[in-house]
Parts: sequence; C-alpha cells; structure tokens
Amino acid sequence: MTANPVPAETHVARSAAFESMLELIRRTSTILPDDVVRAIGTSRKSEEPGSNADVALDVIGCNILLAKDNSLPLCQDTGTILFYVHAPVGYDQIELEETATEAVREATRRGFLRQNSVDSITGKNSGDNTGPGSPVFHFHQWRRPHVQVKLMLKGGGCENMNAQYSLPHPDLGGRDLNGVENAILDAVVQAQGQGCGPGILGVCIGGDRGTGYMHAKEQLLRELDAPNADPVLDQLERTIVEKANRSGIGPMGFGGRTTLLACKIGAINRLPASYFVSVAYMCWAYRRRGMVMDASGNVQEWLY
Amino acid sequence: MATIEITTPVDEATIRSLKVGDTVAITGRLYTGRDAVHHRLHEGVASPVDLAGQIIYHCGPVMVKEGDKWVCKAAGPTTSSREEPYQWEVMRDYGIRGVIGKGGMGPKTLAACKEYGAVYLHAIGGAAQVCAQAIKRVDGVDWMDLGSPEAIWHLWVEGFTAIVTMDSHGNSLHQRVLEDSKAKIAAMRA
Repeated sequence: MTANPVPAETHVARSAAFESMLELIRRTSTILPDDVVRAIGTSRKSEEPGSNADVALDVIGCNILLAKDNSLPLCQDTGTILFYVHAPVGYDQIELEETATEAVREATRRGFLRQNSVDSITGKNSGDNTGPGSPVFHFHQWRRPHVQVKLMLKGGGCENMNAQYSLPHPDLGGRDLNGVENAILDAVVQAQGQGCGPGILGVCIGGDRGTGYMHAKEQLLRELDAPNADPVLDQLERTIVEKANRSGIGPMGFGGRTTLLACKIGAINRLPASYFVSVAYMCWAYRRRGMVMDASGNVQEWLY
Repeated sequence: MATIEITTPVDEATIRSLKVGDTVAITGRLYTGRDAVHHRLHEGVASPVDLAGQIIYHCGPVMVKEGDKWVCKAAGPTTSSREEPYQWEVMRDYGIRGVIGKGGMGPKTLAACKEYGAVYLHAIGGAAQVCAQAIKRVDGVDWMDLGSPEAIWHLWVEGFTAIVTMDSHGNSLHQRVLEDSKAKIAAMRA
C-alpha cells in the first residue's frame, strides 16, 4: 500500500473552501449582524437613562464594538456550532463537512472559538470542538448552481432556556393560538435573565418534538425586521414581543422594558394527536452569518 | 450611581455594606470556577488556592497560549444557577466573599450570603470583550485536567465592573423581578 504523500487534512486546509469557511467562522464569532445591532440600539432608547437596564445595554453596545475592532469572540461561549447548507444536486456534501470541520479546528486553535465540545460520559473536552454531534450540519439540496452556508453559534446559557410545550396545558390553555401565545410567554418568564436577554425567540408550532425544535431554531435564520409572510403569525409575533416587554424582566433580568428584541414563528403540520409549541431562546449575542460560495469555494456574497 | 471600588481579598464589613443595585469595580485576584470545580470541591477535594476573602468568577474563558504565557481572548460570565447546589458550602468552608456570574442564584446561596457575609455580583452576560478588557494578566491555572473552560484560572483584574443583585441582607433582585414578571404575564394571558 502506498502512503498518500499529501495528508488529507493538509489538502483540505489549502482549499479555497477552507479559507472561506474559516472566514465565515471568524465573522460569525466576532461581528454581530447589522439587524441585531440595530435592534439593540433601538431598544436602549426605551430604557430609563442610568438604570441597570440602560447600563447593561451600554455594556453590550461597547462589547459589540470591541469584538469587531479587535477581531475577538463577542462571547466566550462558542455554543453549539450549527451549519445550515444549501447545495446543488450532485455537490459533494461529505467533502464540505470535512472542510468545515477542519476550519472549526483551526478557528479553535486561533481563539475564535472556545474548546467547547465535551464527551457526555467521560466529561473529557475534545479540545478542538469536534466529536460526535459537533459541529452540527443541516444539509438541503436546491436547484441553484451555488452553495449557501449559514452558520449560527448558539450559546449554552440560552440553549438551556429553550422550552417545549404540549397543548392542551392545564394552566396555559388549549390547542389554539391563545394556548400558543400563553406557552411562549411562559417560556419567557421561565427564562428570566438566564438566557442573556434581551432575547430573540424562534418558535415552531406543530411537528414532532424533534423537528419542532429544529424548525424553531431555523426561524432564527430570518432577518429580525422582516415581517412574517403569514399575517396571523406576524400578528402573534408582534403580540409576543409587546407583552414580553411589558413583563418588566428587562435586559439580563435586571428589570426594564426590553425583554425581547424579536420573535419569529413558523408552523409545520402536526399529528391529530399532538400539538407542540417549541421555543428556541437566543441571547442578544445572536451570532449568525452566511455566505454564498461558487463551485471552487470562493465567496461570492456575504449574507446578513 | 457612584461605583464602589473593591480590592480582593476583601473583608466582611466591606461586603456587608453593599446593597442590591450597587455597581462595583473590582481590582485584584479573581479565580474562575464553574460546574466541575464546584462539584470537585463538594466531593471534598481541597482547593489548590487560598479562597479566603476572595471572589469566584463563574466563567469559562477563551485562553490561548502565546509562547509560555496564557492570554485571555474572551471572558464573560456563565450561568450561575448550575452552582446553586454547591455555592453555599464553598462560602461556608472557604470564606469566599462573593461570586460573579449571570442569571442570579437561588435561596440556598441567598441564605449563605446572609449567614457568612457574601454577595452575588452580576456581570453582563455575553459581554466577553468588556470583561476581558479588565483582565490584565493570567497568573496561573489549576485543575487543567477538567478542560480549559472548567479549570481554575488565576486572573488579575483592574476595574472589573459588576452589579450587586443579591446582597448579604437577604435581598435578591432576581427574586423580585421573577415574582413581578410572573404576576404581570399571568394578568396578560390570552
């Protein structure tokens, strides 16, 4: 057997796709998307000057600038590394997965990502953010010539605040939009400041438990200021934000008027027997970015 | 509101003078410690550092070794509620005067703050760069076998800012906001 003169990793490491992936990770970890920055800026105007809420939003604003200027992680918690990929028919998804995984290793070495992947049984940290289930990939095919890669880093603090409800619920109501609204607002109250609010909710009505959470998280890929195409869900999104911001939880749970920056709701079919409401809580350090790559792995366009 | 300057190690009288809502700026040593450290201390393994009068920071920083020196790249607070089962014991056994974290803690910690003279300090969650700016040096590390985010990092900080959200007189901002917001949302039910 002849040894391959060029180790696979080195080959991958030199590709244009690798450089694109590494840059996507760097941007995602260090530069908050414009729509999120705008929402945080707007929310600060509603807080009492000098209040704890105002101080919290001020510090958050400074942090966003510092991370961008110094090209350092916005938050020390890398969180779950989630890749959402759309690729043309016939595209080699296995190679893309290997390239992205190698870029994750390199980004960890360079300090854009924390060593954040732990063996669930032994507690041992893999040291490079890779291992069973890490990073996470969601692949979809589409009939377009280019590859779109979106990346989300979702911190552990906010992930721990996710919640799933099965309606009817004795306190929250039945299988209708009132029950849905009460369930979502219950998740907000349960989270308090622990998810690093002001938060952004991704919600899925319906599905099974697994796809419900997956779909809820995918709502977080939507731009914050884009209205929901479904007028009923659009109204529900507005109601949730308005009521949550009257709860008084405020940034970091310090009290105040900004509890949520946005709520994004999707619906998928359910079984006659099931009615799940799945809530994915995202922190203000809402790290999501994306890129469009051509067939050779060069970036054509940055998203968000 | 004026910021209160604190130097670690800190005495009980200074800590007892702090009230919920106060902003403090800490200068001196901070030790990081989160889930695995607290669990190990709870199991009876002695702390490798003298914690008397010190403040524990619930934080798993991003650390990179440059030459033979550790450099802190990001260091915001982690969720403190995971330490709720153990924190009171560490206050009792080691005489720590405070913890810094995010999200607040529960009744056991609040009671221990009152009994042993300690406070809960809230840093801004996610603000890893603002926090890291106050960290001037990394002077050492213990229990690296727990993995970098879980190790005890010896940080030297200057002007590390946090807000008192649980004081040594039984007051908790978190408890108050929880009760108020629960009532408000219940009244708004669809």
